[in-house]
Amino acid sequence: MKKWLLNWRLFSLFSVMALLLAGCGKPFLSTLQPAGEVADMQYSLMLLSTAIMVLVIIVVTIIFVYVVVRFRQRKGEEKKIPKQVEGSHTLEIVWTVIPIILLIILAVPTVSATFKLSDVKPMNKEKRDKHTVVVNVRANLYWWEFEYPDYGIITSQELVVPTNERVYFNLKASDVKHSFWIPAVGGKMDTNTDNKNQFWLEFDQKATDKAGGIFYGKCAELCGPSHALMDFKVKPLPRADFDQWVEKMKNAKPVVTDSVAKEGEAIFNKSCIGCHAVSPVDKRPEQARTAPNLANFGDRTRIAGILDHNEENLKKWLKDPNSVKPGNKMAGTYGNLTDDQINALTKYLMSLKVE
Amino acid sequence: MSTVARKKSLIWDYLTTVDHKKIAILYLIAGGFFFLVGGLEALFIRIQLAKPNNDFLVGGLYNQVLTMHGTTMIFFAAMPLVFAMMNAVVPIQIGARDVAFPFLNALGFWLFFFGGVFLNCSWFLGGAPDAGWTSYASLSLESPGHGIDFYVLGLQISGFGTLIGGINFLVTIINMRAPGMTYMRMPMFTWATFVTSALILFAFPPLTVGLIFMMMDRLFGGNFYHPAAGGNTIIWEHLFWIFGHPEVYILVLPAFGIFSEIFATFSRKRLFGYSSMVFATVLIGFLGFMVWAHHMFTVGMGPIANAIFAVATMAIAVPTGIKIFNWLFTMWGGNIRFTTPMMYAVAFIPSFVMGGVTGVMNAAAAADYQYHDSYFVVAHFHYVIVGGVVFALLAGAHYWWPKMFGKMLNETLGKITFWLFFIGFHLTFFIQHFLGLMGMPRRVFTYLPGQGFETGNMISTVGAFFMAAATIVLLINVIVTSVKGQKAEADAWGDGRTLEWAVASPPPEYNFAQTPLVRGLDAYWIEKMEGKKGLTPAEPLGDIHMPNSSILPFVISLGLFIAAFGFMYRTEASWGLAVGIIGLLITLGSMFLRSVIDDHGFHIHKEEVLEAEKGVKA
Repeated sequence: MKKWLLNWRLFSLFSVMALLLAGCGKPFLSTLQPAGEVADMQYSLMLLSTAIMVLVIIVVTIIFVYVVVRFRQRKGEEKKIPKQVEGSHTLEIVWTVIPIILLIILAVPTVSATFKLSDVKPMNKEKRDKHTVVVNVRANLYWWEFEYPDYGIITSQELVVPTNERVYFNLKASDVKHSFWIPAVGGKMDTNTDNKNQFWLEFDQKATDKAGGIFYGKCAELCGPSHALMDFKVKPLPRADFDQWVEKMKNAKPVVTDSVAKEGEAIFNKSCIGCHAVSPVDKRPEQARTAPNLANFGDRTRIAGILDHNEENLKKWLKDPNSVKPGNKMAGTYGNLTDDQINALTKYLMSLKVE
Repeated sequence: MSTVARKKSLIWDYLTTVDHKKIAILYLIAGGFFFLVGGLEALFIRIQLAKPNNDFLVGGLYNQVLTMHGTTMIFFAAMPLVFAMMNAVVPIQIGARDVAFPFLNALGFWLFFFGGVFLNCSWFLGGAPDAGWTSYASLSLESPGHGIDFYVLGLQISGFGTLIGGINFLVTIINMRAPGMTYMRMPMFTWATFVTSALILFAFPPLTVGLIFMMMDRLFGGNFYHPAAGGNTIIWEHLFWIFGHPEVYILVLPAFGIFSEIFATFSRKRLFGYSSMVFATVLIGFLGFMVWAHHMFTVGMGPIANAIFAVATMAIAVPTGIKIFNWLFTMWGGNIRFTTPMMYAVAFIPSFVMGGVTGVMNAAAAADYQYHDSYFVVAHFHYVIVGGVVFALLAGAHYWWPKMFGKMLNETLGKITFWLFFIGFHLTFFIQHFLGLMGMPRRVFTYLPGQGFETGNMISTVGAFFMAAATIVLLINVIVTSVKGQKAEADAWGDGRTLEWAVASPPPEYNFAQTPLVRGLDAYWIEKMEGKKGLTPAEPLGDIHMPNSSILPFVISLGLFIAAFGFMYRTEASWGLAVGIIGLLITLGSMFLRSVIDDHGFHIHKEEVLEAEKGVKA
């Protein structure tokens, strides 16, 4: 009977908390509006731990308030010397054992979830199932590269993944340590300079729709002056659309018709192509890929990961990259461009579309 | 009186002092100064984050301020202030005339001080370190300029000082206790100091190793952290956190100790469950070394390591919980007086419980993947360090101020400080839990509008200004008190239980005219309850042997300070190597002098003691 009561209380506490927390943050960014299996698992663990902890806080607060009110010195008691109590074994056992029980309740699901989240067997099979999507994430001083080794394509800044299935990631950094985090979809994992990390995420279709089709990704490890600006975006697509996207990417080539854009292409091929590729199929080794792949630049939602995607911002970025992202590696590598050159380059870059 | 004859100028007195009470004041002043500097840096951070896309402090400069805020607050504010309390109180609490090694005590202070000054010189010499107080290896090796070199060298110098201080207190507490002061009769703050000192002994060497590796890599072409050359950056993370986690307990155990004293004193009751408190303190100290990798759950250590460290971390909640309930039951049935120190102690319980429970939440590894490096963690550790350590230091400063300076701090101003600080603290940090959960990473210098971070950050900034106001009121209080404060009695609060309240405020140079005999826990309380005025002496009145003061600790530290500059500029300035060597020679030369010159100290004669004691009584 009593146990039932406790369960019932916990349950109602749970639901009240879930309601409260769900109001927090934006659906494309908040960990409190989980948008996939991993985030769900972590969210339940958060709720469980919060419930236990709120319980602890309530107990402490009740005793605390009672003690502080009841035993404050009152008028005429200035001389009173209370009984000097040594302690109480019973009480001490009570407040040792109960926390241990509470912690076990939390520890069991924690350990189980920790193991589930690290299950990357499907991506490491000798012969990988051809439906298993694997993405190699490479973090660089303030930009992200996403390589799909099974399809031979590369993209940057905007990760595209199929919904409602586990997507597996290889994570590494090419310069300093970063951390790959899509808060709404699941907890982070560091991209180290020493080794490759692996984990998986799942992107829920309904939650994607609710978030407006795009999730925000963040770098979560201090990596330099523009750490705060090292955002990326995630576009989860239904499996069929994803397959289509992959096909388009495999065959994408820049098609330049506009004459100004053609001029821009010439400038690009002179000043930029050494680092930036414009085809998703980039066979160079990763050490040579020192800047984001721009094959679908025109389709993206942000300039440099943070500015609104329009020509004006692109010009601003090309003119003085350091004013947008201090400490970036592009500034000073392509000489001074005239306004006309920047206009032409802008036209060209905006014309790079795959969709 | 020969004490008068020996009196030189005040500054020279403090430069050469080896008296633990004066060293405590030095630690208090220096730590207080760095606390103001770190607090100012915190304000800058909050101003920058008050609104989205702010341009008050951007990019690299923001990272410098952020790094210096963390480094200063931990190493140069919290640590020395803890040492100030230990120095002011522990020797007297155990009935000793000084610490075991007074000379080393002074050396410890000056090393800390010059380390801190060295680090802060970076502001004027090309920029401060900018890789966070954790200074993770890949980023810190990439960092241009000398910022990280200042960090590496400054922390090494001050780290020596801390290590020396820790060893000194270990020896002091083991060897210098008055007759009858068994381990299980030691006041709780002394116990906390004892365990803390042991933690320092084991935690600082790993940091030193990590720093030396980094110094080699940055200044002498080493490859400890260069993956391409066979090094490994994760090693730094391990070394740093093997130090870094115990460091949390190095700060918070003394805080627990301070609160234990205050709860007992102002509830007018002995500490509830003393032996379980001692047990819990030791257990926390032990477990503190078993959990460092919970700072690294997202590094990719694999599920086995993560699970083990998760469970070990949760286990720490048990002894901490024991302490919380023991404090509550110390107050239970007591006669609670709400003095300023007691207000901090009372406020500490809910504040610290908040920090503790979010700690357990962080321990749940799988969920921590979400919290890690987000503002949730920022909120968590500020609840622990401000709600625990800073509250304790403020409480301790108000509590022992009369003992250290002989004057009572103004209670009204003290309470104003308390309320401003308390409100400001919760305003600043509570909302940050939610910012983190809403997806705000830590250590970002800005955020874009439209991500839901605006309101929370604004509230947080407003809170920071409350804490700044509290600090100003505290400073006013200190000034007002020093000008016209009310003189403090020996038992300044009237309810003192431990030995420090039996000696004059401030205590005489020799602390106790006669070493006391300790007849139980709360030795002074026992005497008072039996209607006695003073302590039971354990020895006849006689000459008191005292250590001579010395300028050498200052010079030894100064030498290292100079050497650090030399080695830092070794490759780019022709004078670099020479200055480095000169600095080391100064240090080694002073150490040599210390070794060859016999220093027998001096005696305060019985008659002088008698005369001094009469002055106090009258």
